[in-house]
Amino acid sequence: MIGSGAIKVGEAGEFDYSGSQCLKALKEEGVDSVLVNPNIATIQTSSQFSDRIHFVPVSVDSVTKVIEKERPDGILLGFGGQTALNCGIGLSESGVLEKYGVKVLGTPIRGIQLTEDRDLFKKTMIGCDVPVPKSFAVYNFEEAKKATDELGYPVIIRVAYTLGGKGGGVARDEAELAQIVERGLNSSIAHQVLVEEYLGGWKQIEYEIMRDRDENSVIICNMENMLGMRVHTGDNIVVAPSQTLTNSEYHTLRTASLRAARTCGIIGECNIQFALHPGSERYAAIEINARLSRSSALASKATGYPLAYIAAKLALGYHLTELKNKVSGITTALFEPSLDYLVVKMPRWDTIKFDGAVRTIGTSMKSIGEVMAIGRGFEEAIQKAARMANPQQDGVIKEGKPSAKPDAMRRIEHPTDTIAFDLAEALRAGLDEKDVASKSEVDPWFVSKFKNVVDFHGFLESQPPGSIPSRDVLTRAKKLGFSDRQLGDLLGVGEDRVREARVRLGVTPVTKVIDTLAAEWPSKTNYLYQTYDASVDEAPSTGRRKVMVLGAGPYRIGSSVEFDWGTMNMAWALRQNGFDEVVVVNCNPETVSTDFDMSDRLYFEELSVERLLAIYDKEKPEGMVLCVGGQTPNDVAEDLERRGVTILGTSSQSIETAEDRTKFSALLDRLGIPQPAWGSFRSPAEAATFCARVGYPVIVRPSHVLSGSAMRVVWDPSELETFIKRAAMVNPEYPVVVSEFIEGAREVEVDAVSDGKNTVIGAIIEHVQDAGVHSGDAIMSIPTVSITKAAKEKIRVYTRGIARELKAKGPLNIQFLVRGASVYVIECNLRASRSLPYVCKATGVNLIDVVAPVMNGGSLKRTNDVEEPKRFAVKAPQFSFLQIDGAAPKLGVEMRSTGEVACFGDTFAEALSQAFLATGHKIPKRGDVGILLLEHWQDGSGLDGLIKGFRDKGIDIMVLDEPSLKSKLDQVSSLISGGKVALVLSFNANSNVDSELFHKVRRKAVDLQVQVISTKEEAEALLLCAGP
Amino acid sequence: MSKPAKDSLLLLEDGSIFYGSSFGAEVDSIGEVVFNTGMVGYLESLTDPSYAGQILAFTYPLLGNYGVPAYAEKDKFGLPRFFESDSIKVKGVVVQEACRQPSHWASKRTLSKWMESEGVPGIEGVDTRALVTKLREAGVMMGIIASGGEAREQEAIAELLSRAESYASQNFVKGVSVSKPVIHGESDEKVVLLDCGTKYGIVRNLLARGYQVVRLPYNSSYSAVMKHDPAGVVVCNGPGDPKVLVDTSKCVGSLVDAEVPILGICLGEQVVGMSQGAETFKLKYGHRGQNKPCIDLTTGRGYVTSQNHGYALDEKSVKGTELKPWFMNADDGTIEGVLHASRPCMAVQFHPEATPGPYDTVFVFDRFVDAMKGKRERGAEIRSVRA
Repeated sequence: MIGSGAIKVGEAGEFDYSGSQCLKALKEEGVDSVLVNPNIATIQTSSQFSDRIHFVPVSVDSVTKVIEKERPDGILLGFGGQTALNCGIGLSESGVLEKYGVKVLGTPIRGIQLTEDRDLFKKTMIGCDVPVPKSFAVYNFEEAKKATDELGYPVIIRVAYTLGGKGGGVARDEAELAQIVERGLNSSIAHQVLVEEYLGGWKQIEYEIMRDRDENSVIICNMENMLGMRVHTGDNIVVAPSQTLTNSEYHTLRTASLRAARTCGIIGECNIQFALHPGSERYAAIEINARLSRSSALASKATGYPLAYIAAKLALGYHLTELKNKVSGITTALFEPSLDYLVVKMPRWDTIKFDGAVRTIGTSMKSIGEVMAIGRGFEEAIQKAARMANPQQDGVIKEGKPSAKPDAMRRIEHPTDTIAFDLAEALRAGLDEKDVASKSEVDPWFVSKFKNVVDFHGFLESQPPGSIPSRDVLTRAKKLGFSDRQLGDLLGVGEDRVREARVRLGVTPVTKVIDTLAAEWPSKTNYLYQTYDASVDEAPSTGRRKVMVLGAGPYRIGSSVEFDWGTMNMAWALRQNGFDEVVVVNCNPETVSTDFDMSDRLYFEELSVERLLAIYDKEKPEGMVLCVGGQTPNDVAEDLERRGVTILGTSSQSIETAEDRTKFSALLDRLGIPQPAWGSFRSPAEAATFCARVGYPVIVRPSHVLSGSAMRVVWDPSELETFIKRAAMVNPEYPVVVSEFIEGAREVEVDAVSDGKNTVIGAIIEHVQDAGVHSGDAIMSIPTVSITKAAKEKIRVYTRGIARELKAKGPLNIQFLVRGASVYVIECNLRASRSLPYVCKATGVNLIDVVAPVMNGGSLKRTNDVEEPKRFAVKAPQFSFLQIDGAAPKLGVEMRSTGEVACFGDTFAEALSQAFLATGHKIPKRGDVGILLLEHWQDGSGLDGLIKGFRDKGIDIMVLDEPSLKSKLDQVSSLISGGKVALVLSFNANSNVDSELFHKVRRKAVDLQVQVISTKEEAEALLLCAGP
Repeated sequence: MSKPAKDSLLLLEDGSIFYGSSFGAEVDSIGEVVFNTGMVGYLESLTDPSYAGQILAFTYPLLGNYGVPAYAEKDKFGLPRFFESDSIKVKGVVVQEACRQPSHWASKRTLSKWMESEGVPGIEGVDTRALVTKLREAGVMMGIIASGGEAREQEAIAELLSRAESYASQNFVKGVSVSKPVIHGESDEKVVLLDCGTKYGIVRNLLARGYQVVRLPYNSSYSAVMKHDPAGVVVCNGPGDPKVLVDTSKCVGSLVDAEVPILGICLGEQVVGMSQGAETFKLKYGHRGQNKPCIDLTTGRGYVTSQNHGYALDEKSVKGTELKPWFMNADDGTIEGVLHASRPCMAVQFHPEATPGPYDTVFVFDRFVDAMKGKRERGAEIRSVRA
């Protein structure tokens, strides 16, 4: 089975879900399975899922080697996203599959080609009487122009064989056409793009199809994209099932889906997307994904039907008629789920974290993750979804006064990543429903639901401050999805008094079961959600010993599949350590932890204090574990404990000590552990005095951010002044924390587990980049490469000391700076870290298993540190700058990567080069040309050695400062466009004064998929990997 | 903006009460309470004559999203484009939420207004999942929707319910069949439709295949049918217990004997079965939905079908007849279709015409057309030999 590699925009956790289910199905059938996937943070790359795992790049070259070695009988290409599909096509075209007699299981290569090649697809659809939009497949700009002359602007450019609409877009004039076509042709492995009529105002409807090798086929779910055709489904707000389709529309599209799937010869699962005219029954098929997809993962969670698992069985040759519905255990898999609730998927964007990123959303995907909310009314579900995706928000209505009408109007006409809130705001601003619907191209049905929320919000605002709401008001508010916190704020009584009144008046949510068949048959599932739009509570709590484990919520920058790994490993380990029942709470449809058969009970619910308390009250567990789901559960620890929840593991007080800079600093002082100088300041002048004393550069962390990234390195007094003036508020209410930035230091981190007395260190990890690059963005190695034995000893001693002092009872991660023999502590997190799965898989010791007994009052399973492994495991970040229009491709103290891989090797260089390749880098080779952009403030002489190093290996480096680039801009541009440049070196990590011209060159490189390297250390690493 | 207070209730025969809010007509209504798991198709379901005498609960919580179009809008056959008959046939509607602001280009009014104009009550705000669980465990039962519920004496409402005639004892077909022949379409070839309460979908499928449809009263005699020289006869869907359709069954028996091609659908399948000596029985809570898996026993292929039936043919009793099982329900193993061993007679328990539901089994009509053509060709051969 081929996995999807690192998480990137357009390919996220959904493929951990689909791959894990596939491997589970293979195991059940007694098939010896080999997994190719370098994504070390996933659950599927845990040893129990497959017989052998290859952490190598998902490329034709490396998979060919795996095939040579493993000699598999069959290969599964449909479970690893577009990456696996493209790799499979490559393997087929290069003759490897034929040579080694490897049979493609599931949809055959021909079917994949029919759906991926834009021209073939169009012909195939017309051939089976499924209409398609007018379009032309083109191979260069001239052809694109001719096509556009025919179609008229706007046109949409779609790129063959890519994911997430990558590289495509809507062109409204010739300049946009030229830019998008160039980018698109470069993104397409077939150097082909499709120029298509733009159906912006049409509805976007999707169907998920299961089909076996003998024509049995069913639709598992249909979905309606609330923002219609103008926004990519990955960035759309998606509702399942469709809400505004009649029987005739629903079933006409359903029938067309089955006809299309049949014609393409799908075996297993596919997704088909339609545009449906909002004023007639006209429709057009847009595309088919002949594989598991983001939408199929959503469909799986929305219905409870295990699509990927069944698809794997069908790929092995089963018929749908032979398989059982896993949820009921008695009915057949050949049926179409019936929902007695609806789900709303909302994306989680992080465009705000990227300097220069364009925040408008359109036909190419930008979101990092997503959430799914379940309710029995749309208002309840969308309000839940808004909070799940943005925990600081109370629902679709933002705090404060709405903006003026023209501004509100503009924002719904040109949607950005805040569209869900902007729709509500437009109504609050006084625009009427009709205008909102026509400007936003959102169906009036959805707008009317937003209006219900806005109207009730207005009613609440009109209530006298300090009033405790009546039972009737509470009931209505909860049915419309308002949170206690929002009610508390609006009525001026606070969340707790609202909750107290609500519980006293009996306005509490009921638990409902998701069973695929609307209660028509008894079911065995414990897949649950809570709603206020019902009266009878289901799934009574059992009297068994049980514990709640909190998941990580939506994937976003800084919180991804690694925390799903943590959640599930903890859930499994707790079952082995005295608990009879593990209750998991999470709201991310892309995860394995939200598979209904992974835990004893699954609540697909908000990770808010309010909802967690409701679940806690119902389930009455012995406690909650929140140290494995990343920062989201950590953030609610104190609020939960204060309201009587038993937190298993490290106490919220200790968490606070570790997170509060003053308290933690005092603790380090007490233990005699060095730390960089720092201070907290309430005025710009105080901050400046401190900086002058410790010397620039410094790291500035404002407690309140006006715009841009929260934390940055500041290089001189004038930058400090600008930053404080423009981006950060500094006053007595919002202090700013400034710390010394130790240049040229190695950054090292440790993952460990502790029971408060003993501490077991899993690994000491060394970063390739010097301190200053966020640990989530750094390349890193286990074992360390350059850290001395003495420094490592200090690190171990400090780790134990801190863990003991903090009474850590669970996993922890500490970050250090090492310069020579000096070791400084910079940060400590008392929870599972991003690097934990990497550490566990690099060393072969699962630290979660070691620490699980501590959650049940016991002690660590072992007391000695894990030995440093002999083989190198190098972890490298995956960036998605290409997908985020305009984003500056640079590194710094704020994290920007979306995923990661880790690869193994006998030497550091071997592991490193695999990791580079697996994250889309190309190892430069003799004859390649690189460009080095030299900023005016950079001293080029320090780079002579590096440049010479490249030149010695036959790689020419053109050094360009701003004036010389200006004079050669056309030449450089055409070199990049012509694919002549192998890498762009631009060491601007953490700089605040980038040249605009350089930004253009870097961005062009990113758009044309030329690697941009932003630290010297990474360039050196790349050089190390380059051939002789 | 806000929903009205709880002012209505649904009381079941076993005494359970569901409170909710009234929509549609504010009247009392008694019927057998059943549920349908389809997520679209309320226009088709509510006008499906098979629901006569029943209060229908929808498991999908939101109903009426795409509003209600005008009956006046006709399809190419001159039949109402969006409906299965000319009026609402259910006795009442139970749902979580009835949409007050529908959105669809064809919509002319809300669900509530439509029901109000036809005197049909609805109750919303009901935990329909809880209701379904009850019906699944206890079986379908009689119930009453009583408007103004909270203010009224519950005993009086219960009294109304207990006095009502039971579902099984009534002949609902009489109320939804035609009283005299009705002709649809123009063609030399005719299909007689023994109208037990047909859905327009069946008529449309026959018209689309080039036949004129002659709708006759459900209790027409063999000679009344044969008078039209039909190429074939369809015995269609309809409400209630098939056991009351003695005359229809007798007529169908004669037609089978005369080798007239027969297609039975839903209730019509049960009648075909009865005509050949098979027995019917009442399912605990029926099959009503659009996701029902059926296996074609002659090929092994599975199909997703649309269903709406509370009775079924008893498998054991079929064994002693000339009928062979054709389709089987993959979930509970009940018979979903039969083929006659030697006569051009076929019948399905599901709805090949769909509306609402998936169109996967429309081929059943093609099979029927094949049978009719085959029969005509054989007839012509025989006539020419005789000549």
